[in-house]
Amino acid sequence: MSNKPQCDNHAFQKSRRKVLKGLAVGVGVLALPAPNASASVWEAFFQKNFRELDRNELQKVLARLESEYSKEYGKQVTVKATLPIEGVKYGYGLDLSRCIGCRRCVYACVEENNQSREPQIHWIRVLRLDKEKGVALEYAEHYYNPAEVPEEGHFYMPVQCQQCENPPCTKVCPVQATWQENDGIVVVDYNWCIGCRYCMAACPYGARHFNWSKSKLPKEEMNPETHYLGNRPRPTGVVEKCTFCIQRTREQPGRYPACQEICPVGARKFGNLLDPKGEMRYLIENKRVFILKEDLNTQPKFFYFYAT
Amino acid sequence: MKIHVWRSLSLAIGVLVFSATLASAAQVEKFFDRHGNLVVQEKVERYKRRADEGTVFPVPPPPFSEGIFPCSDCHADMEPNPQRRDLVEMHDDIVLEHAEGQRWCLDCHNLNDRDKLRLVSGEEIPFTESYRLCGQCHGDKLRDWKVGIHGKRTGYWNGEKQYLLCAHCHNPHSPRFKSLQPLPPPVRPENLNRQGVVEASGHN
Repeated sequence: MSNKPQCDNHAFQKSRRKVLKGLAVGVGVLALPAPNASASVWEAFFQKNFRELDRNELQKVLARLESEYSKEYGKQVTVKATLPIEGVKYGYGLDLSRCIGCRRCVYACVEENNQSREPQIHWIRVLRLDKEKGVALEYAEHYYNPAEVPEEGHFYMPVQCQQCENPPCTKVCPVQATWQENDGIVVVDYNWCIGCRYCMAACPYGARHFNWSKSKLPKEEMNPETHYLGNRPRPTGVVEKCTFCIQRTREQPGRYPACQEICPVGARKFGNLLDPKGEMRYLIENKRVFILKEDLNTQPKFFYFYAT
Repeated sequence: MKIHVWRSLSLAIGVLVFSATLASAAQVEKFFDRHGNLVVQEKVERYKRRADEGTVFPVPPPPFSEGIFPCSDCHADMEPNPQRRDLVEMHDDIVLEHAEGQRWCLDCHNLNDRDKLRLVSGEEIPFTESYRLCGQCHGDKLRDWKVGIHGKRTGYWNGEKQYLLCAHCHNPHSPRFKSLQPLPPPVRPENLNRQGVVEASGHN
């Protein structure tokens, strides 16, 4: 008499286990790409972290991305994965005594790095500050829009990724989708990023940006010279940031970043910090230099200076 | 005791060196060191010739107004007039806003060969080396310009670089950098809808 309910109970337990199992498998299957998805979707799904890819796998990944992007944007897109140059650590200098806040750099960056036009993503943010108050970020204004710049009593401070030597953003990433390369550039593997945005919270400079929706990038404006860790088109739901134009600066000979090339007043300086004869070392040794939020010990490789 | 020995010894050495180099006294310098001892030593060359002297900096052609160069096209047949005056017939569009009380045309332009500029030393230089002219007063800027700190330098960060002449950014007759219209500010987040599309232009 007393055995029967027990047996029933047992049977019910068994079936509950089955139900849970089935549910888990079902949910797992739902997370997989659709069964009719193309081979490239499956390949992307099983792709390893960029740093774990061997040479053959990397070539396959790059070829897959190239064909995907070429199809999407209707032109021949190249995706490189150029390695860091030996003996190079990139540094950036910005002359606050010269910058006039014209925002040419902001839009040159957008064009070069294939940022989303809508929703708008800008990797560079130009702050307008009061000359009387100095670098007091609580008084910063970045929506200024006068007829002409510079304005009386103001100076301007563009802020972008500071390429910290001690980056807080890479430490918080739960999946190691962002890291610092040997040449000092902090990069993101867009295929590995899960979009948790911890890194955006950790960055004290507001330098990381999230792709909230499918980026609207006009085909004719798309820059087809891309780098895997840099300006290739980003999928929805990943974080992106300034990479010192990794697709340009890692070339041999290395081009300057787009923001440096466009600057009409020559306020932007770029070079190798390890080259004792380079312009970066000259300005650090001879000019009044400061780094932003030095007290946080992030050790930026982006140096603001006053040349005069 | 010890100090006295050292003092007399260094004095003796000093005198010895001094007498030895008496013939070439110009190459000797004398001074008292921190212990009050006279030091006589061979003169150290402190004012070396600049390492970059004679270096040609790669610059694009000077930004002449249309059809104005070579100046000798017109000036070859004209009698040079060194008289300081206001120009009325030609070049009257040039307004000098560059220490105007202290100089006039021929302080920089060459009287006898108008296709060249003239340094204070009397040296005549082509317009492609005009940075040397500017550097006579703005030496600190010239020094920074040479190493790529002042002014814009393009090319490759680890390769060939292109300079710009001072005159490409600063009108030599009115050198203050001219104001520019800024490009549009970023979209304010409150002007975006849920799809990230701009709804209202707001007060931007």
